[in-house]
Amino acid sequence: MPGPLGKDLLGLAPLSAAQIELILDTAGPFREISERAIKKVPTLRGATIVNLFFEASTRTRISFEFAEKRLSADTVNVASAGSSVSKGETLVDTARNLEAMKIDMVVIRHSASGAARFLAERIESNVINAGDGTHEHPTQGLLDMLTLRDRFGSLKGKRICIVGDVLHSRVARSNIWGLTKLGAEVAVCGPRSLLPNAIEDMGVTVIDRIEDAIAWADALNILRLQLERMQAGYIPSLREYNRVFGVTSARLERAPKDLLILHPGPMNRGVEIDSDVADGPHSVILDQVTNGVAVRMAVLYLLAGGKPELAEAAKKGNA
Amino acid sequence: MAHPIGTRDLLIKGGRIVDPSQGLDAVGDVLLRNGVVEACGGSLGTPDGAEVLDATGLVVAPGFIDVHVHLREPGREDVETVASGAHSAVAGGITAVCAMPNTKPVTDNQAVVGFVKRQGEAAGYARVYPYGAISVGQKGETLAEIAEMVGAGAVAFSDDGKPVESAQLMRTALEYARAFNVPIAEHCEDMTLARGGSMNEGIMSAKLGLKGIPAEAEEIYVIRDILLAKRTGGHIHLCHLSTKGSVELVRWGKERGINVTAEVCSHHISLTEDAVDGYNTNAKMNPPLRTAEDVEALQQGVADGTIDLLVTDHAPHHYDEKEREFADAPNGIVGLETALGVNTTYLLHRGLINLSQLVDAMSCKQARIFRLPGGSLARGGLADVTVFDPNKVWTCDPTQFKSKGRNTPYGGHTFTGQARYTIVGGRVVYTAA
Repeated sequence: MPGPLGKDLLGLAPLSAAQIELILDTAGPFREISERAIKKVPTLRGATIVNLFFEASTRTRISFEFAEKRLSADTVNVASAGSSVSKGETLVDTARNLEAMKIDMVVIRHSASGAARFLAERIESNVINAGDGTHEHPTQGLLDMLTLRDRFGSLKGKRICIVGDVLHSRVARSNIWGLTKLGAEVAVCGPRSLLPNAIEDMGVTVIDRIEDAIAWADALNILRLQLERMQAGYIPSLREYNRVFGVTSARLERAPKDLLILHPGPMNRGVEIDSDVADGPHSVILDQVTNGVAVRMAVLYLLAGGKPELAEAAKKGNA
Repeated sequence: MAHPIGTRDLLIKGGRIVDPSQGLDAVGDVLLRNGVVEACGGSLGTPDGAEVLDATGLVVAPGFIDVHVHLREPGREDVETVASGAHSAVAGGITAVCAMPNTKPVTDNQAVVGFVKRQGEAAGYARVYPYGAISVGQKGETLAEIAEMVGAGAVAFSDDGKPVESAQLMRTALEYARAFNVPIAEHCEDMTLARGGSMNEGIMSAKLGLKGIPAEAEEIYVIRDILLAKRTGGHIHLCHLSTKGSVELVRWGKERGINVTAEVCSHHISLTEDAVDGYNTNAKMNPPLRTAEDVEALQQGVADGTIDLLVTDHAPHHYDEKEREFADAPNGIVGLETALGVNTTYLLHRGLINLSQLVDAMSCKQARIFRLPGGSLARGGLADVTVFDPNKVWTCDPTQFKSKGRNTPYGGHTFTGQARYTIVGGRVVYTAA
């Protein structure tokens, strides 16, 4: 029987505000498990989870793996380099093989937008999107939201600005869907060449200058500027990017109020963010990492059919 | 071997004859004999031994022609052959098709042109007129042997599947082809804007996280080619237009007397980018499905004659080629068997065009613009006839396609309008179930 999230977590666009709140509420109790000496509960004992990472990722994969192990699931990691994908196996063949192995859940990271949905439509197991192309990265969006909610209490009316390469960012889309559903005002700031040209139709404001974004926002979620964007001609140089769009302490000092600083990582220090900002008093970047494990535990638990009112019990190992 | 012709006289009786080539729209009979139209209109007697086809309540039109199809042979016979494609055509009421040259090997020489033509004749379904490539290997570098290919039966030239990127080569092609009275058909796409894109650039691509192809990628080439046609006096035919801006540019060109003609695909006048939602690879095509505003402009373009032809860009694929990640799936849909239903449902029954305009855009103008036989039921014309019921309601079931392809966004869609009999050379080659 499907749990309160349905069969899969493919993105934040399909979720209701209530479902998003449910995940964030459920993550709270699970966060405490990570603070214990024995960081393990038997909640998903006997469940088999495959982590299919067709694209390089260290922190997301490790975060999922911790979440799974702390819930006592049996996990298998598959990376594209060692998989039959490198031998030319198609995603649909991969899906059929997984299905034949009678697994319970799949966590998939893939370079193609829509890959998680593609898999979910073809297998009975629960599918969790761990990032598909430039589409969505829902658990990252959720952990960003949990981090913000911890600090702000509520997201309603809060102004969040996503800074940088929105065009190629799955994190940005999940943030936009999730934050707007919970009542936040969302803006994007970056070179116009790195913003989708219809982005306003997703309910966000475009701010051209980082100084204006800093003046407007309660929090900045700063995206990684990838080197290949420069080589592809989207921006003239990393140097110019830093000078025009970089979040520096000098710029933050002129802000009318203290801002929360988020970054999904890995960071290019000295490009999109200066070190003194990344390590400064307003940075919640490491909180994001901690919250990532808790959010993923909550998602796994809820997709496995867990009842939210049992989250406390699950935490104690009784569920 | 020539295309087979009917051995018995065929009298099509009591249908509504709609033939804009003669300004005809009246109930009457059509008599076909020895592969040509013997008589058309009025009440005709039944010759001895003639076969009689009762067309009461049906429309009798000059056989539909589709100047833009991909038959995949030679090279991808697993996906479609000339024979299966020609069979698919007649199942959609289409009596003649022009086969694009992006085959493997490319149809860029008289040998391959002759091969495709012979395969069409041997199949005995729709007539198949090969395109030749504009450039050798469709590489956009060297002009292919256009005159030789015309001699072997090529009726038009295109590098379709990709644009002719060199404006100089396009200019030369337009100049050179003038002497042979054949159109140069362009796939309008600026690859520097479009490369890597898999759908329309807009709100849907932003939501789905797919790289978009902006309307301007098409429009830049539309205006470039219209200007080159103006310079050279050559005949530029613009393939599968998809944007409002393109319609406006063609209108601009025609108002100035430039030798430009244009076509639109049935899917572009009936579907928007919303069909892609959910990463539906059966709605992935190039040019991509655009916005409602574009669809409306294209429909209007057909209605006012700015767009000359309704075509399919029939592009079958193996099912497993479409069953993959959206960005990596191939472009195109099976079009021949749904075109009439789409056009009647979305244009005719919505009052945007009348029956004469429909027949003109699907038959008469196709023949006239591409200088093909057919497109008229006047005495002495080819005995190619489409008999259709504009009010027949039917549901698209891809498993019943005669094409080898099943890739359609219309599976389960209900249409109003269907071919009942398809007649080629005076022979009934398809009868609807």
